[in-house]
Amino acid sequence: MISGFFQAVVDIASSESTYINGALFAAFLAFAASGEWVAERAGTLNISVEGMLLGGAFTSAIGYDITESVLIGLFAGVLGGLIIAGVQAEMSHRLSADQFVVGLTLNILVFGLAGFLDNELEPATKLAGRWNIPLLSDIPLVGQALFGQRWPFYVLYALIPFTWWLVFRTRWGLELRSVGENPQSADVSGIDVNKRRRQSIYYAGATSGLGGAFLVFGQVGLFEDSIVGGRGFIAIAAVIFGGWTLRGTIAGCVIFAGALSFRLSIQGLGYEVNSELLQSLPFLVTLFGMALFAHRVRAPGALAQPFVRGLK
Amino acid sequence: MTSAVVSPRVRSGEWFMLYALSIMAALVFSAALVEATGGDWHPVVNALLDGSLRRPGRWGETLGTAAPMLLVATGTIISSKAGLINIGQEGQLFVGAAFATYFGFLLGGPGPLNVILILVFGSIGGALWAGVAAGLKFWRNVPEVLSTLLLVTVAGQLVAYGLSKPWLLLAPLADRGNRNQVSVQLAEDNRLPRPEIFGNEIPLAVVLGIVLAIVVSFALSRTVWGFKLRMLGRNPRAAQRSGVAQTRYGASALMLSGAFAGLAGAAMLAGGGFAFGNYQLVPGFSTSIGWTGLLVALVAREKALVAIPVAFVFAGLRTGSSFVGATGVEGRITDVIQGFLVLALLVPPALMFLRDRRRARAAATERV
Repeated sequence: MISGFFQAVVDIASSESTYINGALFAAFLAFAASGEWVAERAGTLNISVEGMLLGGAFTSAIGYDITESVLIGLFAGVLGGLIIAGVQAEMSHRLSADQFVVGLTLNILVFGLAGFLDNELEPATKLAGRWNIPLLSDIPLVGQALFGQRWPFYVLYALIPFTWWLVFRTRWGLELRSVGENPQSADVSGIDVNKRRRQSIYYAGATSGLGGAFLVFGQVGLFEDSIVGGRGFIAIAAVIFGGWTLRGTIAGCVIFAGALSFRLSIQGLGYEVNSELLQSLPFLVTLFGMALFAHRVRAPGALAQPFVRGLK
Repeated sequence: MTSAVVSPRVRSGEWFMLYALSIMAALVFSAALVEATGGDWHPVVNALLDGSLRRPGRWGETLGTAAPMLLVATGTIISSKAGLINIGQEGQLFVGAAFATYFGFLLGGPGPLNVILILVFGSIGGALWAGVAAGLKFWRNVPEVLSTLLLVTVAGQLVAYGLSKPWLLLAPLADRGNRNQVSVQLAEDNRLPRPEIFGNEIPLAVVLGIVLAIVVSFALSRTVWGFKLRMLGRNPRAAQRSGVAQTRYGASALMLSGAFAGLAGAAMLAGGGFAFGNYQLVPGFSTSIGWTGLLVALVAREKALVAIPVAFVFAGLRTGSSFVGATGVEGRITDVIQGFLVLALLVPPALMFLRDRRRARAAATERV
């Protein structure tokens, strides 16, 4: 039994498809999580990321259906994410409605809208072209996974360093972080707290919309309303798991993606494992990961606390 | 100075106008969406009214659907009063229903008594499932927003596992025909009574829901326990200083909200209604009642008594949606209407809050 389990693990670890699937899942999570990380550093625990992903996926499918261009599809995905971010940002950081209530409602609304409009409009989509990076894609095991994907995948390689630069090397990023740590002091020093927070949510919307579009063009090839299936929440968990550092967030994405990919591979290789356990594995790994690490890290000082001037 | 003083009558008028405008906006938006996709909004409204109220037997169905939503909402209000965000009712409800099924049969006492046992074990199941999130929150610092949510999927898989094993929940082959993954049907005397009034069957769960909503509303506003919970929600630091242990009161509030969701699951099981699996547990038994109940609580803004009418409206949208399909418009439009409504109803309180603050600030500067 135990040797059989080890055999299975070795089989999975030496199978190239595990890494390809893992990279796809990790990329999808990382698109969403990098934006979510920015939003959380500015003080919003933005649970509408699930809705942003689904909305982005849907609008990208519509964009492609109209123009037959994957590039425009990607931009349409960003636009969809931004629209949902707009509702979240304006309602929670202009109107000061509760951010969780807005986010949750948005998730349910987008799910309903996407299902309704998908049935009415039925957008047709396809996968984007595959780009093999010469030499690098020939690396055994991980070459295809990291350098032989469909081209929207490679946007991520630019997005993550850009996000880091934005948050740690620009004045905007400094203000953003101060707003998440101590909004009262930020306010006193002349920063418009809620404006920065809105902007951070817009950034999350853009990257999540891109993530949704990546899901459609880079991984699945078609749109359905169950396409995101709760993985937006795993992206949020990755940020917490990573202790609100970008590096940790990406590590969290990779680990949780490993659980998602493990689930596919173990069935693909013909091992008989309890399917219910496998289905819940990514969520269990996420919960355990957070249980182990969430109390060791320090959250942004004002995470999930609304800011109203003069109200402490 | 005068600008800060507004007579209460003007205020309630403003509130009414704001709410009316928001609801109108949500409905116009939904109607525009139907029209934009080539449908016609008028028959949709008719179908919604037919399905929820006008056709024979339908308003009983609506009441029966509202009951578990109201239970879930009442529980949600308890935890949100304590400043905790439980959004995993869907899973807690499902686990509660599974507990009710398992222990209801295992113990199998005499009929009427067993109904009560089913309800009790449903609550215990829901409370335990929420207790997992509470434990993660207070011992491991995992935000309950996420843990309750992630546990929803796990709950679904857990119950599916139970439904695949005869020693857990799966009915013996003879009782389920060719259907996989169903539990044994509750015996006649193990069901909640459904007295018939004017040709509508009214499940007793409705009475249970309304009574509990009233009790919780009273307990939260008029008892020491309720005061402590509210203190914890408003200002955790002050609560801690004055001896309200965040761990104990927070965890109990979270578990109590889970218990209400579990009770809703048990009531769906024992109360029947054609949408709820016909007195037996099936995969996907919870059918989004937990999510909708949560929305009811959000709209009711932490007031258990307000949740009662809101639950009926949302139940009406749900029972009406099965009639919408016949008009050629996708039935899921009701999900969209619901989402727009909830979002729109968030606007007036936020606007009023901002305006009050602005006026207070203006008044403060005038005084100086």
